[in-house]
Amino acid sequence: MESGVRAPTRRQLLSAIAKVGGTAALYQAMTTLGHAAETQFHGPPNLQGARPGASVIVLGAGLAGMLAAFELTKAGYKVRILEFQNRAGGRNWSLRGGDTYTELGGATQKVAFSPGNYLNPGPWRIPHHHRTLLHYCKAFGVALEPFIQFNHSGWVHSSQAFDGKPVRFNAAAADFEGNIAELLAKSVNAKALDDTVTQEDRDKLLEALKGWGMLDNDYRYSASLKASGHRGFERPPGGGVNGAPIPSKDLYKLHDVLDPQVWTSMAFFMGHEMQTTMFQPVGGMDMIGKAFARQVEGLITYNAKVSKIAQDDKGVVVTYADTATGKVTDAKADWCVCTIPLGILGQMDLQVTDEMMAAIKAVPYSGQVKIGLEMKRRFWEEDDYIYGGHSFTDQEIALISYPNNNMFKDGPAVLLGAFAREMGAYRLAGMTPEQRIEVALAQGSVLHPKSYRQEFASGASVAWSRVPWTLGCCARWNEDTRKEHYQTLVGMDRRIVLAGEHASYVGCWMEGALLSSIDAITRLHKRALEA
Amino acid sequence: MRKIIVLTAVLIAFPAMAQTSGGGDTGGGVVRAQKPVTGEQVYGAVCQACHMADAKGATGAGTIPALANNPRLAGAAYPIMIVTGGKGAMPGFVGTLSNAQMAEAVTYIRTHFGNNYAKPVTEGDVAKLAKPPSAGGH
Repeated sequence: MESGVRAPTRRQLLSAIAKVGGTAALYQAMTTLGHAAETQFHGPPNLQGARPGASVIVLGAGLAGMLAAFELTKAGYKVRILEFQNRAGGRNWSLRGGDTYTELGGATQKVAFSPGNYLNPGPWRIPHHHRTLLHYCKAFGVALEPFIQFNHSGWVHSSQAFDGKPVRFNAAAADFEGNIAELLAKSVNAKALDDTVTQEDRDKLLEALKGWGMLDNDYRYSASLKASGHRGFERPPGGGVNGAPIPSKDLYKLHDVLDPQVWTSMAFFMGHEMQTTMFQPVGGMDMIGKAFARQVEGLITYNAKVSKIAQDDKGVVVTYADTATGKVTDAKADWCVCTIPLGILGQMDLQVTDEMMAAIKAVPYSGQVKIGLEMKRRFWEEDDYIYGGHSFTDQEIALISYPNNNMFKDGPAVLLGAFAREMGAYRLAGMTPEQRIEVALAQGSVLHPKSYRQEFASGASVAWSRVPWTLGCCARWNEDTRKEHYQTLVGMDRRIVLAGEHASYVGCWMEGALLSSIDAITRLHKRALEA
Repeated sequence: MRKIIVLTAVLIAFPAMAQTSGGGDTGGGVVRAQKPVTGEQVYGAVCQACHMADAKGATGAGTIPALANNPRLAGAAYPIMIVTGGKGAMPGFVGTLSNAQMAEAVTYIRTHFGNNYAKPVTEGDVAKLAKPPSAGGH
C-alpha cells in the first residue's frame, strides 16, 4: 500500500478524534458511529511515563485492585498489593468440591460437589455490554460461554395465584399479554380511546393486538392454535395420523395472571443489565480472578489485614498485620489505590478528610444469599425440558437457576437453589448452613416436587452479610447519599483514591469495579505527574 | 425448623418488588417473606443475619459488633437511631420494617443476651427518631 489514500480504520479515526477533541468528543463520535451508547468504556487507559521510582500501594486483590496494579505497572510504577484473604479475586469467586469456607460466626462448610461442578457465590453472569470486563477477559485469555438468561420454559410460582402451583413462563406470559390485549381491544371497540387515538392508529392498534396479543377475529383471547403457539399445546404438532395439534384449553384467568409474580418475571428481562446475550466463564466465575492474578503475579501479599492508612505530603503508610503470624508491618508508597469494601474501610484508622470519612461511612451494604445444590441427575432437563435459565418463586429463595453448561450429560450437576435478597436473605443468612439447605430443599420442592429431595446430593451456601472480608455483598447508594457523598468518595484524598463497585454507578457488577478502577488510576497518574 | 414452621402461620408481608434496573444483579420476580412480629421473631428473621444467634457479633477483616452485654444499649435512643438509620455497612430499616417491628426488636435486644434494660421501646419512640427513607436504589 505505497500509494493512494487509505480510508482510516474506525479505530484510527476514533483515536484521531480523541487526540483532537478529548474523550468527550470521542464519546460523542462513537455514539454517532453507533457503537458506544451502551458503555463508558473507551479502551484500556494506556497510561505512560510514570516518574522514575514512583510507587503505588493497592489495597485489595479483587478485580478493581488487580486491574489498577496491572495498568499502573505498565505505566512504570512500582506496585504492590495487600490482600486480606489467602486468595486473589475478591467477590469474583467459585466454590468447588474440596473447598472449605468459614463464615463469620464460625460455621464451616466443606464443599462436597463432584469434580467440575461449582457455585459462583458472587458474580455469575456478564451482560454483553459490560465491555470493560469483556475486553480484559479476552486480553487475559478467559474463555466465555453463553449464560442462558432467558428461558421461556422455566417455572413461575406464586403462593397467591394459580392455586399455588408453578406454571410455565411461556404460558403465564402469553396469557398475561393475551388478556391485556383483549382488554385494550375492548376499550378501543367501546370507543373509549376515540378522543386520544386517531382512527388510523386505532385500526393499527387493533391489528397489533390481534397479532401480538393472539386475539381471534372477535378480538377475544381464547383457546386457539394461535394462543397455543405461544403458551404451549394440549397436544403439540406431530407426524402421521395424530399429527394435528390440539390447542391448550384451560387458559389462566385474568385474576391469576395479574399476580405481580407474572409481570415482574416478564419485566425482569427488560432491564438493560438483564437483556441477552449474557456470558459466563467456562469452568467457573473465578477463572476471571485467576486470569487477573496471573497478570500481577508476585505483586500480592496475602493474609494482610490493614488497620491504618496514614498519609502526608511525601507519601502513604499502610499498617497491616499478617493474619497468620500477627506480625505488624508498615508499608510505604507514594500513592494508594484503596479497594477495601466501605463497611470494613470505615472501621479503620484513616488519615482522610472528615468529608471522605463521612462518605465512607454513609453507604450500607446488601446481603444476598446464594445456595448451590448438587443433584444426582439433571431432572430439570430430563423431566421438565428446562435447559439453563431461571424459575421464579415468591418464596425466600426467589429463584432456581439451572446450569448453563454440560447439558444432556449424565451425572451430578449443581443448580443455584437460592438467590435471596432483602427480607428473604436476612432470614436465610441468620440460619446455620444446614438450615439454609433444608429451606432451599423445601422451597425448591414446590417447583420440582418429584425429584428435588430425591436427587439431592450436597449443598453449599454463602450469606454475604457473613462474609468475613466484605461484611456484605454490594454498596447500596440512594439518591440522597449519591448527592451528598458520591463525588467526595470518588475524589482523590491527597494521595489516596478509592476504587471498586462502590465507587461507580454500575454498582454490584464487576464492570463497575473495573470502570471505577480505570477512572481512579487515570486521575492518580495525572496527579502524580503534576506533583 | 420449628421456628420456620411457626412463622409460616404468621401474616404474609407485602411483596417486595425486584430492584429496578441499575440496582445491581438481582433475582427478579417478587418475594413474599413471612412477616416477623415479636421481638424474638424480628431478631431471628433480620438482626441475626449479621449479629449472630447469640448476639455476639463476629470479626473478620472488619467487625460486626456484639449486642450481647452491651452497655451502649442502656439508653434506648442509640439502638433506635442505628436500627432506623443504619451505621456503616448496616442499612437503616425504615421502609423495610414497620416502627412496631423495630420497637419490638429493640426491646427484645435490650432485655436479652445479658442486657437488662426493662423499659419497653414503643412504636412512638421509634417514630420520633426515624427519618423517612430516601428514594431510589443505586
